[in-house]
Amino acid sequence: MGSLIDALFIFMLAAFIGFEVIRRVSPLLHTPLMSLTNALDAIAVVGAIVLVGEHKSTLSTVLGSIAVVAATSNVVGGFMITDRMLKMFKSSRPTKP
Amino acid sequence: MNEFAGSQYVIEIVYLIASVLFILSLKWMSSPTTARHGVWAGEIGMVLAIAGTLLHHGIVDYKWILISLVLGTIIGVPLGRVQMTAVPQRTALSHAFGALCVTLVGTAEFYLRSPSVAPFMMAVLSMEVILGGLTFTGSLMAAGKLQEILPPRPLTYKGQNLVNFLLMGAAVVLAVWLVLHPEAKQLFPLMVLIALIFGVLLVIPIGGADMPTVISLLNSYAGLSAAAMGFVLNSKLLIIAGALDGSSGLILSIIMSKAMNRSFTNVLFGAFGQVQTAAAGGQEAKSVRSATAEEAAAILSAANKVVVVPGYGMAVAQAQHKVRELYDSLTKRGVDVRFAIHPVAGRMPGHMNVLLAEADIPYDRLMDMEEINGDFPQTDVALVIGANDVTNPAARNDASSPIYGMPILDVDKARTVMVIKRGMSPGFAGIDNPLYYLDRTLMLFGDAKSFVNNIVRELGGGH
Repeated sequence: MGSLIDALFIFMLAAFIGFEVIRRVSPLLHTPLMSLTNALDAIAVVGAIVLVGEHKSTLSTVLGSIAVVAATSNVVGGFMITDRMLKMFKSSRPTKP
Repeated sequence: MNEFAGSQYVIEIVYLIASVLFILSLKWMSSPTTARHGVWAGEIGMVLAIAGTLLHHGIVDYKWILISLVLGTIIGVPLGRVQMTAVPQRTALSHAFGALCVTLVGTAEFYLRSPSVAPFMMAVLSMEVILGGLTFTGSLMAAGKLQEILPPRPLTYKGQNLVNFLLMGAAVVLAVWLVLHPEAKQLFPLMVLIALIFGVLLVIPIGGADMPTVISLLNSYAGLSAAAMGFVLNSKLLIIAGALDGSSGLILSIIMSKAMNRSFTNVLFGAFGQVQTAAAGGQEAKSVRSATAEEAAAILSAANKVVVVPGYGMAVAQAQHKVRELYDSLTKRGVDVRFAIHPVAGRMPGHMNVLLAEADIPYDRLMDMEEINGDFPQTDVALVIGANDVTNPAARNDASSPIYGMPILDVDKARTVMVIKRGMSPGFAGIDNPLYYLDRTLMLFGDAKSFVNNIVRELGGGH
């Protein structure tokens, strides 16, 4: 029970950090923001990896493997497209080093 | 202390570093100059976390992990290379994948723990699979509508809200029952099934123009379901990532619903997307003034300040690259050209900015609604391309209008207004736009891409 309470505290604090940090993101970048948070959210892959690797039952291995595939495609695709989008944002003022 | 405690500490430290990198990653997104560092921080955090996880002492077999990682990469690469106009459906699809992962892991965990599941654990597990399940099918529906595999217009039927509430109620009742009697295994698949059906029904009544709100909301649900998975697996990293994603989606949903003048509770209960039938008043023939590309070019080149107002119609006509040529040509003549972006322009939050950035328009020329609205009275020409309802002055001054109260771009305050439009048909909400009948408004009838092209040619900038 204690660890669940700890987890609730962590959730609460992280949600606050999320609100404060994301409120400051310019509307200009809301699309890349969404694809980035999507890629970060795919960290769920770590849970799925353990599930597959522990091989506790056939069901858990099969479901876990599909889960790893789904989450990995989000990680790879999410970071790729976020970077592609951000590369396109150029300023009219020359700021190249 | 067991023999594996060492590797367990390493994993926890790696997860801690990854959490820090994830937060920094979002922090760096606040400005376009640092945003790419944000992506790198996220990538490093992700690679560290995955590598650390592979050290987990419980892992006995790596074969399926590696096969799945490779397969996921093979699917992920093309999803990272879609065209910019297709980014909204790609995003919806990735919400679906994320939610699928969460739902499957939740289901597997239930069957591994059953029949002795502690009440709190069962409650979190239920939340995980219900949120995950409805996000999965809901996002698939949204992606299908955006890709126009499914009809993009809203599908409504009588008693829709009642059916949705009953389904949601049934899912909650099953969840409570499972908390009290976790041995009732057979109820679990039923609960997941109801969540899956609910997701479909939730998104069916939503039309294309409401997609920005829906995508943001599904983003938030996807984050919350991942956080719930973090509670189940007792993974702090996952709780943090889920909370960040959930709050990001929530903030974007609030911004989008404000921009559409819908209360947030209205959005939360899925009552959005119902097309308001316009009060079809007596259509007395009101006169509009139209102009040719030649006249438009003459007015534009004589202006000092021009504000372009792009809408989704511009993207549909693939006119953004021609608009860039217009921007170049006018800028060369010393005209100050800026772009006014309404928060719901496009099919997801910020979509229009990405489309214009892709066409090489510098981002410091892209203004959001609050920044630009005060400048319209000093603007010589406001050029509206493919936008309609977000420029409708009725939202400001006609209390009987269905969009009354919706924040709009004050285009009508500019000295001259030019609207490129195919014909006089009303916008998605079926609402007439008084902007078109103002004395200062010139209608430029034609396809956005070819009309802008003609203006550019008249300016001597093209071909």
